Amino acid sequence: MIPLSYYLVLGGILFACGVAGFLIKRNIITIFMSIELMLNGVNLSFVAFAAHWHALSGQVFVFFVMVVAAAEAAVGLAIIIAVYRTRETLNVDQVNLLKL
Amino acid sequence: MLHLILFTGFGLVCVAGAVNLLVQRHPINSALSLVVVMGALAAEYLLLGAEFVAAVQVIVYAGAVMVLFVFVIMLLNAGEEERTQGSRVALLLGVPGLVVGSLLIAWVLIHRSGTEAVRVGALPGYPKAIAQLLFHDFLLPFEVTSILVLIAIMGAVVLAAKPSQVQQGKKEG
Repeated sequence: MIPLSYYLVLGGILFACGVAGFLIKRNIITIFMSIELMLNGVNLSFVAFAAHWHALSGQVFVFFVMVVAAAEAAVGLAIIIAVYRTRETLNVDQVNLLKL
Repeated sequence: MLHLILFTGFGLVCVAGAVNLLVQRHPINSALSLVVVMGALAAEYLLLGAEFVAAVQVIVYAGAVMVLFVFVIMLLNAGEEERTQGSRVALLLGVPGLVVGSLLIAWVLIHRSGTEAVRVGALPGYPKAIAQLLFHDFLLPFEVTSILVLIAIMGAVVLAAKPSQVQQGKKEG
């Protein structure tokens, strides 16, 4: 018997680590990995709630989240390659053409 | 008791991998620690009785997505990231705020969410039940997902192609 709150706390820790990485990191690929970490933390909450309420649709939702995350990773990494080709850098501080 | 030990062990591996992702400065080290996090999460899903989700987690996340990440890191020859000076106010206010906020959230979750517990293995998470749900109740979202993936493939090819190739394609087409 593991209380539901333990799973939620673990998911929250993973999500917080993802947010912190998103804000701290300067490498665009690492920032992208932090987003994946956040998605994983949310997925854990989904599965824990699905087990708690005996509702399998929570696991189906996790499946959809994974599909969207995979599509997002493919497009996002292609964008990173395009950015690197034009700017010759992976540092987000130097990708600032939109800044005034 | 065994479940609690397994949960704690894999949970600690998870948190250690996530913290290592933040600490490491080379992207390839961060990517490998993210693989560790995802593998440990798959074990957590197994503890919750979600066999299908655990299998998909290993195949899609730890397999496909992370291979994509590692390939891009190698392709772009990404080196160590440069440290930049953060704001001093953010450091002074942010770190105590983060600690207080996370402690508050953990306290509320543990004390206010009651004593109900997740029964391990109580949920029929085997693939047959998921498939019945996926292809009956969620058939339309599932089909829409295929369109999404198709668009993502085309977008990735167009974005990652060399500009000269895209120009040539326009002239020919």
